[in-house]
Amino acid sequence: MENDLITADCVEATEFPDLVGKYSVYAVPKTVINESTFIEGSMPEKFFLERILAAISPPQGPGDEPDRT
Amino acid sequence: MSLIQDNDLAEIRKRFEALAAPVKLVHFTQELNLEYGREARQLLQELAAVSAKISLEIFNFLIDREKVAEHKVDKVPATVVRNSKDYGIRFYGLPAGYEFATLLDAMLTVSSGDSGLSNESKEALKQITAPLHLEVFVTPT
Repeated sequence: MENDLITADCVEATEFPDLVGKYSVYAVPKTVINESTFIEGSMPEKFFLERILAAISPPQGPGDEPDRT
Repeated sequence: MSLIQDNDLAEIRKRFEALAAPVKLVHFTQELNLEYGREARQLLQELAAVSAKISLEIFNFLIDREKVAEHKVDKVPATVVRNSKDYGIRFYGLPAGYEFATLLDAMLTVSSGDSGLSNESKEALKQITAPLHLEVFVTPT
C-alpha cells in the first residue's frame, strides 16, 4: 500500500505443493522475496523491513565493488 | 450449510462496523480439479453478505483470461483484496483458520487506506524503486 511497486501474496502452503517444493518451505510462516531470498518465521516489523531492504539492495561485499578502471 | 458459524458471524459483523470505505474482493476459481475451490468461493460469499461495504466479483481462471491478466493472478483459488485501487494484495488458497483472520485484517486495512505501518517503515518503503514481490507461505493451523 505504501509503494505501487510492492506486491504481496499470502499463499496457503498445502494447496500449492509445487511452490512449497520450489522454495523448500518446511515451516511456516516463510516469506519469499522476489523469488530468491527467504525469511523464516515472523518477527517485529522493524526487523522484517530490514531483512527485506537488505535482500533487495545491491550487494556491497568487498568483491562486489564497482570496477574503478 | 454455512462455513461461517453464527457466533463467528456476530464477531465478524462487529469488526466490519469499522469498515471505512468499500472493499472489493475479486475471486478467481477453477472449480473443477480443485480441492478447496468451492469452499473458498462459498466462504467469500458468506463474508460479502455481512456488510454492504463489501463487494465480491467471481471469475473463472480458465475462461475470464482478460480479468486474469488484469489482476496478474497465476494460480487458483486466488482472491484479490482491493478498493477502487489495486494494492497488489493477493490470497492464494482457502483463507481458513488463521488465514481467515489475516483476510479480515487485510480487508479492514484496505478499507482504511492505511497500511498501519510505522512512519519509519512507510518512508523506507517509499524509497524502493524496483519491483518487490513478497510471498508469505502459511497454513490454516
